[in-house]
Amino acid sequence: MFVKKLKNIWRSFDDRAGFSDYVVPLLTHVVPRDARWWYVFGSATLTAFIVQVLTGICLAMSYVPGGDEAYESLKYITEQAPFGNLLRGMHYYGASAMIMLAVIHLVQVYLHATYKYPRELNWMSGVVLLFVVLGMGFTGQLLRWDANGVWSVVVGAEMAGRAPIVGPQIAHFILGGDTVGGSTLSRFFVMHVFIVPGVIFAGIALHLLLLLRHGVSEMPNPEQPVDPATYKQDYEERLSRTGVSFWPHAIWRDAVFSAFVVAIIVGCALLIGPPALTSSPDPSSIQANPMPDWYFWWYFATLSLLPPGLETWVILGLPVVAFLTLFCLPLISNKGDRAPSKRPWALGVVIAAFTAFVVLTIYAYYEPWSPDFGVPPLPAKIVGAESGPIAEGAALVHSKGCLYCHDIDGYGGHRGPELSKIGRLLTRDDLIIRINNGGYNMPAFAGTITSAELDLIVGFLETRRGS
Amino acid sequence: MTDCNAPNPTPHEDHRRTFFARLTLFLSGLIGLAIAVPGLSFILAPVFGKKPRKWRAVGKLESFKLGETVLVEFEDPSPEPWAGVTARTGAWLRRVSDNEFIAFSINCRHLGCPVRWIADAKLFMCPCHGGVYYENGTVAGGPPPKPLHRYSVRVRGEQVEIETGPVPLTTTPV
Repeated sequence: MFVKKLKNIWRSFDDRAGFSDYVVPLLTHVVPRDARWWYVFGSATLTAFIVQVLTGICLAMSYVPGGDEAYESLKYITEQAPFGNLLRGMHYYGASAMIMLAVIHLVQVYLHATYKYPRELNWMSGVVLLFVVLGMGFTGQLLRWDANGVWSVVVGAEMAGRAPIVGPQIAHFILGGDTVGGSTLSRFFVMHVFIVPGVIFAGIALHLLLLLRHGVSEMPNPEQPVDPATYKQDYEERLSRTGVSFWPHAIWRDAVFSAFVVAIIVGCALLIGPPALTSSPDPSSIQANPMPDWYFWWYFATLSLLPPGLETWVILGLPVVAFLTLFCLPLISNKGDRAPSKRPWALGVVIAAFTAFVVLTIYAYYEPWSPDFGVPPLPAKIVGAESGPIAEGAALVHSKGCLYCHDIDGYGGHRGPELSKIGRLLTRDDLIIRINNGGYNMPAFAGTITSAELDLIVGFLETRRGS
Repeated sequence: MTDCNAPNPTPHEDHRRTFFARLTLFLSGLIGLAIAVPGLSFILAPVFGKKPRKWRAVGKLESFKLGETVLVEFEDPSPEPWAGVTARTGAWLRRVSDNEFIAFSINCRHLGCPVRWIADAKLFMCPCHGGVYYENGTVAGGPPPKPLHRYSVRVRGEQVEIETGPVPLTTTPV
């Protein structure tokens, strides 16, 4: 009796709301049965996005996007607010997860050539989403409004300022004026919280609509190249024979993998915690070494490796060229083989890109181009003397900044050549010429050190002969 | 009453359709303009509005030793009341004679990172990509394409003052 009544209420509600007519067909659309675990990355990216939206909303309840208060509110969220540390951590690792998963999803779709007919727009909307998500990553890093955040804005504005003609205008738009100030952070807050998420919501809606319109692709089959003339008919026909309902025959794998991803996000947030805040966002503080989050390190390293003449072109051109190349891919090739076995170059592109990413990321981790400001004086064990001219020379090598860029037995930076064996490689005269005149990337010290100091430094360097 | 959806509309009905379609598009455009004009003007104002420059005192004349280069802080010309610490700017100030000072912007000309003065080596060094400048601000090494930017400095009575200015941008000439 009671159950019957409930059913009646549901039926009349469903008649008005249209759940059975609109939502059920979406859930039960027929998908190929052979994809198994290959297709879980897209849904996991969506799950990571949901984590970001929900944790982001929670954080925004305490975060104050004001020039001065942001840092205090971040400290409050991290140190005092119940669960604040966990939520900040989830938002941080959720961002990393979303970017990683979006890239993995793209790589999988590329390797399986799912971007070919009729799913060109699925791919193109996905490429737009990827770049918008990277924009989310950049704007989000800055909302961590500490010294690193404020100086990252300056670097971003300087990069934009390099654009021909409109550069300064874009830079001043980014800064909200011609210097960093009260308006700067609120601009990035609006980008990160209103504008870019709006674009992502719209993009996901389009991406999913297109997915339903063209159906989930089958696993690539070397015997079945894509022929636009017959593809749709063949696909429908095969699917009606072997397809399964998305709910629950395929979605359970998405659920398992998404749960795994969320477990990792929460686990990292609990065990490692959110990135520590550096000093306050004071644009007059010079103790800052702005560094982007890890997924941009490869780009950061690329910038340090470029000859100055190429730099502006790469800073501005690389993102544009990368976007256009990916976006236009289905326009260049939208039919033919999908199987990776018939497209070995596709695998080659992925391996080359992945290798470059790893190498550049490791390179950026060591930052060999950055002077080692914190290098301690050389210990007597390495100098080989406690006092006398050799020890004095070693002290000068530290105080005159040589060690900032030159390494001696593990002490010092890597901007310039290592000096551990320089006594064997250069004569006394060569050393004097190099130090006085400088050279490729090395300042000339002739004007800043006395000849007595030069004698001591050269005397010490001559004793560096390796072991 | 005429059938608005008739397959072969009368010329009169055809005219009505066109009119309504155009009216809708025109009014939609008007609504869009009513939102976009004030909105865009509001968010683009900082791009075109020139901030006034101001002289800011950075310290007493006698507190600066001859030949020494020190970090000084000053405030933007018209800081928003809520800007707090973000309204500050730094400069490297050196006293070169009794009444003469040089002020360098702390922004590296490569990508704007804060350069540090290394007193013993008499060099400015940038942590980001290893830009190095001599004590007169010219490039000694690394990627910077230009010498350090300088601010104007003057001595007014007992006070040393720096003239505020925008963050120095390295632009690309066309």
